[in-house]
Amino acid sequence: MEATREFRILSPSSMIGAGFRAESLERAMEWKPDVIACDGGSTDPGPYLLGSGGLYFSRESLRRDLEVMLLAARGADIPMLIGTAVAAGGDEQLAVAVELVQDIAKQHNLHFKLAAVNCEPPREYLKERLRSGKIRPLANAPEIDESTFDRADHIVAMAGVEPYQAALDAGADVVLSGRSTDAAIFAALPTQRGFALGPSWHAAKILECGAACVVHRAYADPMFAWIRDDHFVVEPPNPDYRCSPVSVASHTLYENGSPYELVEPNGTLYSDAVTFEAMSDRAVRVSGSRFEPATNTTNKLEGAELVGYQTIVIGGVRDPVILRQLDSWLEGVEETSRRRITQIYGSDMNEQVTITFRRYGVDGVMGSLEPTPTPAHEVGILIEITAPSQEVADSIGKATAHVGAHYAVPEYSGLITALAFPYSPAEIPRGPLYRFTLNHVIEPDDPLDPFRIETIDV
Amino acid sequence: MAKLYELAKLIRSKNAGPFQLTIDVLFEDRATYDRVLSSGVISREEFSQLYGTPEDSIEITNYEAANAIKVTIPRPVISGDLGDGDMMGGQQYGPLVDLEVA
Repeated sequence: MEATREFRILSPSSMIGAGFRAESLERAMEWKPDVIACDGGSTDPGPYLLGSGGLYFSRESLRRDLEVMLLAARGADIPMLIGTAVAAGGDEQLAVAVELVQDIAKQHNLHFKLAAVNCEPPREYLKERLRSGKIRPLANAPEIDESTFDRADHIVAMAGVEPYQAALDAGADVVLSGRSTDAAIFAALPTQRGFALGPSWHAAKILECGAACVVHRAYADPMFAWIRDDHFVVEPPNPDYRCSPVSVASHTLYENGSPYELVEPNGTLYSDAVTFEAMSDRAVRVSGSRFEPATNTTNKLEGAELVGYQTIVIGGVRDPVILRQLDSWLEGVEETSRRRITQIYGSDMNEQVTITFRRYGVDGVMGSLEPTPTPAHEVGILIEITAPSQEVADSIGKATAHVGAHYAVPEYSGLITALAFPYSPAEIPRGPLYRFTLNHVIEPDDPLDPFRIETIDV
Repeated sequence: MAKLYELAKLIRSKNAGPFQLTIDVLFEDRATYDRVLSSGVISREEFSQLYGTPEDSIEITNYEAANAIKVTIPRPVISGDLGDGDMMGGQQYGPLVDLEVA
């Protein structure tokens, strides 16, 4: 009898740099994976990483995880695929991942073929696609024009499976891709080898956060999946972790607008008719997923541009008299601070500066969505100054902290101190503020057009 | 009467990309899921009142395969933009936790 055909995937962690236990990875290697695949970044930390090109985890964190994974993959002679390497998956960030992998290879005398997928398409190409009507908005997208591309510090296109598959076809043993969909990293190999699309893509969605689909995740750790013809099974290698039908179902819904449609560059995963069954107290079998290929490939675009530079001031208010008139008191602080800005810099600068008050204990977390914006017995005020330069933001931060500290209320005669500052100085330079400016998809003529694949003999 | 968190296995919120916010409520079994659904506490009307967001911008999907209810709304502020207070959208489910379910 022919053995059941299966494809085995090891996802070591939720993100390169988030960590995993070496023992868990060792145990997973005994299950003989066909590939080690891992995500390397996210938009979770906000627009700063894409805008600045900076790192989320330190180089040391990234290096430790990459080293353990690379040694395991090369030791077993299986491919290693990393997506959104690293942080926001821009070209500079990809270069950091390439450099780390080369450095690890040198240290351990490893030799292999490395492919790097650059995901920042040239601006002229993006403008041409926009003019040709091949860039379309997604839900709640901002208005854009060609100048949006000029203003952005970085723009990435999200790779689907195609660049990974092209790199593997070219003989790569290790693929480091810039910005990529999470699921594509895991679906690239099984779908290339002809495994069923539905179970492959659904397993990929479950694996993208490593052990995130366990019942209680105390720390990041690996997850393992077996993809077969009409189902897949997931089980965590860590003996302290377990998956349940609810925990796996919950990850199907995770950070996706729809619970049963996951749109990918080359098609859509439907999980509306799926069954989650417990195979044991720690393994779950998922069947019934289906994937419908799209007629044309589309890649999501992400862009970030600089808004300004910020300085913040943190202060607490405990006086019920002030708290009862908090809105008007803050308006007074802003008006007075703005008069001071005009005195120092003139009215042009006043117009370019934004002053924001976050009120923790009122609506600091939810803002306009907060159903009960009633002040608690004490309120934390976070004053945020956004200005065209850090120097101006710092200067206005100092001025505003002073205005706020002593701003009067009509009930009292004489000078009060209204803000309790936890820090000296009260103002804290925070650095640049970036904004996400694109929520669009691009339709390339060839799925590889937005990407540039570089092959390196290590 | 019971509070939603007493009936649910998981209540959470998260960005679905930087421009959308999605809230998941999961139940252990079909009976509890059906009870919460039929109580109507998570309807577009109720949600619109609680979050002050227009009804036609709210998308509610009942996902039977997972005994889950999903609510997706546009983010009032783009993740990480000026004035956003919750980069990952992780604490936007707060008002649902203590909802009374008949």
